[in-house]
Amino acid sequence: MKATAWMGTDSVKVIDVPDPKIMNARDAIVRISTTAICGSDLHLYHGYIPAMRKGDILGHEFMGEVVEVGPQVRNLKPGDRVVVPFPISCGHCSSCQRGLYSVCENSNPNAGIAEKIMGHSPAGIFGYSHLLGGYAGGQAEYARVPFADVGPLKVPDDVRDDQAVMLADVFPTGYMGAEMCDIKPGQVIAVWGAGPVGLFAAASARLLGAERVIVIDRFPYRLRLAEEHLGAETINYEQADVLDTLNEMTAGRGPDACIDAVGLESHHGNTAMYAYDRAKQVARVETERPFALRQAILACRSGGVVSVVGAYGGFVDKFPMGAFMNRSLIMRTGQCHVQRYTRPLLERIQRGEIDPSFIVSHRMPLRDAPKGYKIFQKKQDDCTKVLLTV
Amino acid sequence: MDRVDSVLLPELDGPVPATLPSTLGLLSLALGIGALVAPGPLARLTGVDDSAAARMVIPAVGLRELGSAAGLLSGRRPAGWAWSRVAGDAMDLTLLGRALADRSGERRHRLTLTTALIAGVTAVDVFAAVRIRRAQQARARMIRMNIGVTVNRSPAEAYRFWRDMENLPRFMAHLESVRADDLRRSHWIARGPAGHRVEWDAEIIDDQPNKSITWRSLPGARVPNAGRVRFVPAPGDRGTEVRVELRYAPPAGALGRAVAKLFGEEPEQQVRDDLRRFKQVLETGEVVRSEGSPNGISVRQQAMQRPAQPLPASRR
Ligand SMILES: [Zn+2]
Ligand SMILES: [Zn+2]
Repeated sequence: MKATAWMGTDSVKVIDVPDPKIMNARDAIVRISTTAICGSDLHLYHGYIPAMRKGDILGHEFMGEVVEVGPQVRNLKPGDRVVVPFPISCGHCSSCQRGLYSVCENSNPNAGIAEKIMGHSPAGIFGYSHLLGGYAGGQAEYARVPFADVGPLKVPDDVRDDQAVMLADVFPTGYMGAEMCDIKPGQVIAVWGAGPVGLFAAASARLLGAERVIVIDRFPYRLRLAEEHLGAETINYEQADVLDTLNEMTAGRGPDACIDAVGLESHHGNTAMYAYDRAKQVARVETERPFALRQAILACRSGGVVSVVGAYGGFVDKFPMGAFMNRSLIMRTGQCHVQRYTRPLLERIQRGEIDPSFIVSHRMPLRDAPKGYKIFQKKQDDCTKVLLTV
Repeated sequence: MDRVDSVLLPELDGPVPATLPSTLGLLSLALGIGALVAPGPLARLTGVDDSAAARMVIPAVGLRELGSAAGLLSGRRPAGWAWSRVAGDAMDLTLLGRALADRSGERRHRLTLTTALIAGVTAVDVFAAVRIRRAQQARARMIRMNIGVTVNRSPAEAYRFWRDMENLPRFMAHLESVRADDLRRSHWIARGPAGHRVEWDAEIIDDQPNKSITWRSLPGARVPNAGRVRFVPAPGDRGTEVRVELRYAPPAGALGRAVAKLFGEEPEQQVRDDLRRFKQVLETGEVVRSEGSPNGISVRQQAMQRPAQPLPASRR
């Protein structure tokens, strides 16, 4: 089959690899119809996530048709159209039973390596380095889906591929970012990052009843999407001081909750500040550039919530602990527990409360994946989300 | 807390290291006191009573023996003290050899007897020193581990799975097979890199249903080992804390190196991974596999995995 493989920093290729096989009784094989390139795939593309090997198959947002199931999979059968959550979750450990699917205790076969860096291992993720399991990803013609009796959700005919594939990651992730803010009527929510996750966080904050949503980014076309599509207010951090502007907009209170939907590769309006952290990151003195996170903590109102759904991999420098502690802030974080959200969000799509395909800017065949990565990386051609069709 | 250490392992805790140093110490003590209290009779007995130097040398030798005795009886660094006795013996033999050269008649006869006696003592000392050193090295090599995992299943379920010893290779990566000969005895085969194989018989020496199982290798195992697994209800209704205590003593030499390789550079990590797989099998019904994991030693379960590298070998 054809698959998109990581070939080294800033290099992906579509190559021929063996078809996946059923390896465990609870596996399914899915013939992929639509898959997407994610902002966190760019972290892999840029070489910031350790333990990638040349030839690893990328992709953790995909959907398609079940073509084969292992003997223990009773809820799916060949022919079913499914979307597959990005965390691989066993459904039987105590984390899964508490709904914490992205910290499944059983799904990372390389947990020993992850423990050395993170203390305890999170769940395995499709196409997301050997640190998180070494699972082949879904930017391919076929994918093996472990624990297929737990994760995949059957997609009804009235929901299109470009809507359903958003349920694999970006929509639930944005939604969880908003849900963790514990939004109450009248509240103001600020979202750093107007990429797909940031836009879905802003949209979800609205769905959950936020009075005002403020989105912070540096690309005018993304901010325009937030304004026109979601009715959000926006700040371009290259043109305005974010903290001053937020204070002004909230009459000195600060936002009630701040969502970091940026993660480890954030940018800074000040070139010198950016260069400083960038240099440290290149020298591997710190693994992240946490501008958005630092700003979110400083901006948040006292006693408010900082919700982190942007991806981080290692260690953060200059974490404003003084502000965080002295101002009674709450931080909530997590890779999305996607399995919790797929069905309720699918129902919201079916009820017409949201059409998640609004973020899709590019569609191309799988063989053009390298081009898709390039366009998305360079934010060319007003790129927000690339869908690959197979 | 009960520990595996309370389980007797004749191979590891044999009588040699405990009694040999003190026996040698008592011998040194006797010789030392004799040399100091009765240097004259000793000189006559050994045949050096005609020498003026002997009157000074014999008490000096006595003092040296008392030093060795104190060292050996103190129990600290017994191998070092045993080797110091060998060095003393060598010195005595040199002196005796020199004395032999210019003696004749009855004295020469006594000196020859003395020399033979000291040579015998030297042989015993060398033997003891080697034995003590080996025992110490075996102890230093002995690997002990205490590792636990929390499994979302009842102690009874966890116990039942483990008690069927033939299940162990399903999650212990380095085990090729375990054959239960009867309810107590079993035959274990571990296979490592390059076809190295270690086999041994083991027996369950304590079995407390739903609580704990203690086993040890039978005498004759080339890699003596013992272990205990306890199944303790986890607080807060979170299943079972499965706590494993393990110790084994890899031998020196090529087999020892093979065993070390078998367990990898981090034996504790291997056991931790084994326990993680135990948890996987109990909770999910299977050992979790991915196309690219793990990249450690090749073993039976892992042989079913495809290579870490999705590219065919020809295209790498
Ligand atoms: Zn994603
Ligand atoms: Zn789980």
